[in-house]
Amino acid sequence: MSSILSVKDLSVRFATPEGAVAAVNGVNFEIEKGECVGIVGESGSGKSQTFMAVMGLLASNGKATGSVKFKGDELLGMKTDKLNKIRGSKMTMIFQDPMTSLTPHLRISRQLTEVLVLHKGMSERDARARALQMLDRVKIPDAKRRLDQFPHEFSGGMRQRVMIAMALVCEPELLIADEPSTALDVTVQAQILELLQELRAQGNMSVIMITHDLGVVAGLCNRVMVMYAGEFCEKGSVDEIFHEPQHPYSRGLVASIPRLDRPEEDRLTAIPGQPPNLQQLPTGCTFQERCGHVFDRCIIERPKLVAFAPGRAKSCHLKGFDANGEAVR
Amino acid sequence: MSGEPILSVKDLKVHFPVGGGLFKPKRALKAVDGVSFDVFAGETLGIVGESGSGKSTIGRAVLQLIKPTAGRVAWLGKNIAGHSRAQMKGHRREMQIVFQDPLASLNPRMTAGDIIAEPLDTFEPGLAKEVRKRRVQEIMRQVGLLPEMINRYPHEFSGGQNQRIGIARAMILRPKLIVADEPVSSLDVSIRAQIINLLADLQRETGVALIFISHDLAVVRHVSHRVLVLYLGKVMELADGQTLLTKPRHPYTQALLSAAPVPDPAVERAKKRILLEGDLPSPMNPPSGCVFRTRCPIAQAKCAREVPGLDSRGGAPGQIVACHFPS
Repeated sequence: MSSILSVKDLSVRFATPEGAVAAVNGVNFEIEKGECVGIVGESGSGKSQTFMAVMGLLASNGKATGSVKFKGDELLGMKTDKLNKIRGSKMTMIFQDPMTSLTPHLRISRQLTEVLVLHKGMSERDARARALQMLDRVKIPDAKRRLDQFPHEFSGGMRQRVMIAMALVCEPELLIADEPSTALDVTVQAQILELLQELRAQGNMSVIMITHDLGVVAGLCNRVMVMYAGEFCEKGSVDEIFHEPQHPYSRGLVASIPRLDRPEEDRLTAIPGQPPNLQQLPTGCTFQERCGHVFDRCIIERPKLVAFAPGRAKSCHLKGFDANGEAVR
Repeated sequence: MSGEPILSVKDLKVHFPVGGGLFKPKRALKAVDGVSFDVFAGETLGIVGESGSGKSTIGRAVLQLIKPTAGRVAWLGKNIAGHSRAQMKGHRREMQIVFQDPLASLNPRMTAGDIIAEPLDTFEPGLAKEVRKRRVQEIMRQVGLLPEMINRYPHEFSGGQNQRIGIARAMILRPKLIVADEPVSSLDVSIRAQIINLLADLQRETGVALIFISHDLAVVRHVSHRVLVLYLGKVMELADGQTLLTKPRHPYTQALLSAAPVPDPAVERAKKRILLEGDLPSPMNPPSGCVFRTRCPIAQAKCAREVPGLDSRGGAPGQIVACHFPS
């Protein structure tokens, strides 16, 4: 397989009046052609900012360093007009709130065809036909009539479909979806996830799914990367992360969610404490204050993300967990 | 559940007048339209529903924070529907509320201690300063806050800690009932379990009854003894948590269950989803007959004509369902 996206030592810093905030700290990863990778983390873990940096969409006080290569081309520092040929066409992103990502005073048709005319050099007419086709593909009923409506005439679920249609209309090779279903109702979320799954099955598109919801990742992704305090703490296949997580944080996350497929448990296994302040990260492991298995080494030395099996990596000083779930040093 | 319910809600309706102009008549948005349920001492009743289902409105109407349009809200046997603020004052110390957004529901200019003590100042004015402080620190400890944080302000706390402050404020008068409206929805995943466990602990220690309102069926099922499923202002189904999970009878409950993503790849891959078409209809203009029929996979002609009543026949004990064709 060939990497479509290759990220090396990517860091993101924000300058704030209270001093610099390190949102992302030297992350490395590759996204292969056709795979769907889940990025799981809490707010402030750096999961969104990593990909805002990839897309060149950081806020003006943010600065990305390191390397982001899309099919071999370095994106960091690339001229905006050159970058615009890639993002919005070969690499697109959808966001949590479709209303803030659609232009309210432009008809859907205009917003969908603009990219085609601009990036693909299509005629207005061809672009319109293609846009209509796309609305059909994302299952917007009565697409012909709706094509010339404004964003406010669509419901939340339908708007998210329009967003997906916009992101896919140029047939991108990589789709970055940042919490695409979080703002939606459960039954509508199920529709959108089903749609994403279908669209993915139809082509070779790679998908990055950024979410705090492990349930969303479980059905859709092949691989999962768990983020904590600006770094990846564990990587693995979706089955490995859910069934035999090896980092205490991933283990805690998986155990702390109430599940509908299991009989009633008396208590949830909560992770104590709260995520660390990114301005005052401890020396040593960033998870140490919340970890039930902490020992001297964790306090002195920050663990690196190290591969421990094919396709798997974790940043933890423990050797692992045995079959009974006991930590092994 | 045995004995008399502490709260008994009968045919509760909350309609909001909307629009109306020179030539346009005012219309009614039926946020809650004929909802009945009981809450017993020490139990948790879960209310689950999507946006626009009326779940938050029910919580507020029970506490008379919104005046019900019709129906009966009996608190300890006495009807309090339509009570004024003054009339409610006596009951307020027994019925409290916890909100979704902890930071927005706390006064940023007050210290944690003063926020938590506010109900005390209202209902037990003239309390000796020392006693007041001791009571506040006691409840802070009980909800997992360090008592030495008493003089800090809300912005100095995390979201989870602020929610603990909100819970401490609700608990300090030892109420009999707390309405918890999406208390964990705005919190991070790793913090949610802490707050859910805290509410369960407080219930075990004090016997407080909870109305737990959420859109998240997995969370509701976990915390609740009984669960009320709401759609467009009406009750679709009411059952104990286990029955709802294993033998749901209403097609909407079944769809909700199948739509909730389970954090297990094997389960998710094998799952057959019941996908509902479209979005929720507008509560301004609800469908005739059964409000769910426009999205229902088994709807028939009868469903458009007749409103299904709540029926317990054919279900598990305590299970009631509003459907012409329940499973």
